[in-house]
Formats: sequence, structure tokens, C-alpha cells
Amino acid sequence: MSIFRFFAKRQSAPLARERLQVLLAHERLSLSSDLVGILREEILAVIAKHVQLDNDCVKVKIERDERVSLLEIDVEIPLDAARKAA
Amino acid sequence: MTKFTGEEGKMAKVIVVTSGKGGVGKTTSTAALGAALAQKNQKTVVVDFDVGLRNLDLVMGAERRVVYDIVNVIQGDAKLPQALIRDKRLETLFLLPASQTRDKDALTQDGVDQVINELKRYFDWIICDSPAGIERGATLAMRHADIAVVVTNPEVSSVRDSDRIIGMLDAKTLKAENGERVEKHLLLTRYDALRAERGDMLKVDDVLEILSIPLLGIIPESTDVLRASNIGAPVTLADTRSAPSMAYFDAARRLEGEVVPISIPGQKQGLFGKIFGRRAA
Repeated sequence: MSIFRFFAKRQSAPLARERLQVLLAHERLSLSSDLVGILREEILAVIAKHVQLDNDCVKVKIERDERVSLLEIDVEIPLDAARKAA
Repeated sequence: MTKFTGEEGKMAKVIVVTSGKGGVGKTTSTAALGAALAQKNQKTVVVDFDVGLRNLDLVMGAERRVVYDIVNVIQGDAKLPQALIRDKRLETLFLLPASQTRDKDALTQDGVDQVINELKRYFDWIICDSPAGIERGATLAMRHADIAVVVTNPEVSSVRDSDRIIGMLDAKTLKAENGERVEKHLLLTRYDALRAERGDMLKVDDVLEILSIPLLGIIPESTDVLRASNIGAPVTLADTRSAPSMAYFDAARRLEGEVVPISIPGQKQGLFGKIFGRRAA
């Protein structure tokens, strides 16, 4: 440890960076969650017009990456419902 | 009335200068980038979306020449060419001022659509200066954007608000509605390389890593910025050789698609900077 570091105040930027990383990871999820809810409801409503579905058959997930936002929609259609529609 | 020579059908680019947080340098950056592009002989208009608290006119030095504003145009009280103010120093640079009305609903979506579409016929660049916040004014300013310049200070609250705005750019723009993407760029303003080096300011790489959008430029903290606004000139017109000016000129070249290597202003210090900049590192 250099003698200067001993007298210097502790660096504050690393703490700022760490606080932001934790906060934003949390906020990105919670702020997009209402969008997830709306999308889920509307997708469910559209599909339910044609096929009988349970409420929990539609799964919506949003992930934000460095380059892209990924919207993942998973719809599970029961076998007999699909047959009826066809 | 102003005369226009714009050919119809050319490709105008719409830029929104936005940040979420107030006071980080949106208006300064709008004026500086607008004047930088106009100096390269590109027809440029800067549009103030901050209805109620207009300030772009003041920074541009045109506050005494405002007759009509964007709300007058939207409400049909004036034609667009009547509201446009041509810069006294640069004949390729124009300003469309905001109104000072307190009526929040004066700016309508249809009205903004009409104004932007008409501006696209006359100009190469349309630069929209967004109000702070995430309300209607901010979403209307970003609505038509092809490119977003996210102005951020190396400071926690500014970075957090920029993150919110980036999320909105991916959701609440025409491009997003059509399944396309708005090009997003980070403009880091009020950067102090010495303080970052000492560990008391977020570094460029810290902010880039957190926000994950490409860097358009780094504008150093500088007294030249205040001096320019005092005299009512975009910093890129007030003193073209000053450090912030040169950083804005580089940023404008990048907006045009040119590849310009990024340099961190103020980082190449002399002996004094080397000794004192590294002491605590």
C-alpha cells in the first residue's frame, strides 16, 4: 500500500458502480413486469378465442441483454384442445 | 417569412436528445450538435419540446426573435415556415421554439406527427430537445426518432434515469411499434478525467458497461459551456477550438456515420496531471 493511499479517502466510484448494478438489475425486472402482465393477458385472450386454455398456459418473459431485448412467449396448448380446433 | 429550398423526398434523420434527468446537458447538446451539423452545410433544425419551460431559444441566442412556436403551428395559428427561426450566424441552422403555455395538452400526438413530417421535407437533420422526466412531452419528443442521443452525467441518479429512458426508447417510439429499433447512443457529459482517474467519478467504461449502449462522445466538464450559453451561442459556434466543441464536432461526425476514434478529453495530462492524477489510483 502506498503511503498516499493511507492518507487518501477511500475511492467512491467503485461503490457507485456496484450500487447501480444491483439497483438496475432489480429495476429492469420490476419495471418491465407490468408489460409482461399485459402481454400475457392479451395473448391469452386472443388464443382463447380459438382454443380452450388454462390461465397458466401462457408464459411471458422479457430479458434485456447487451445487444437485444428478448421477449420469450411460451404457450402450452393441451392436446385435446388443439385437436378440437383442427 | 423564411424561404425553403429543400427538395422533397430526401432522407431526413430525426434525432432525439433525451436523458430522463434534468440539468445534464440536453439543451446544450442539442444546440451544439445542431450547430456542428449545420456548419457542414447540412440543413438542420433544432426543435424544443419543453413546452412551458422553453430554453433552447435562449441557449441559441434567439429568444428575442420568437414570434410563433410549435404549439401555434399545431393549433393552426401559424404556418410552420412562420415559426421557424433562421440562425443569424449559420444559414443552414433553424430553430423551432416551444411555447410557454402551461397547458400540458397543447402538444398533441397528431400535431407532432404533422410537424415532424413537414420538417422532414425541408431538412437533413431534425434534432428534438426532450424535456426532462418521462411524461408526455418526453415520449412525444422521442416518438419519431431514428436515433436517440442519451445524455448522461457520470453520476448515479443520471445513470439510473438514462436506464429508464433506454427502456422507453425500446417501447414507446414509432420505430418500436413497427418492430424496428431506434439507434441509441450514449453522450457522456460533464466528464472529468482527473476525478475519474482518482476513483471519485464513474469512469467511461463503468457507465458503458452499466447502460450497454454504444458511445457517441465524451464531453469534458468545462467553463466554455457556461460561457457559450451566457452569450447565447451553441458551444460549437462560440469557440470552435475549445475542448467541449471539439468533442461535439467528433460526436456530430459519428452521427453522420463516420468512424472517429474516441479520445477521453483531458486524460492526456502533463507531468502535473500524471503525478496528481495517479496518486490515489
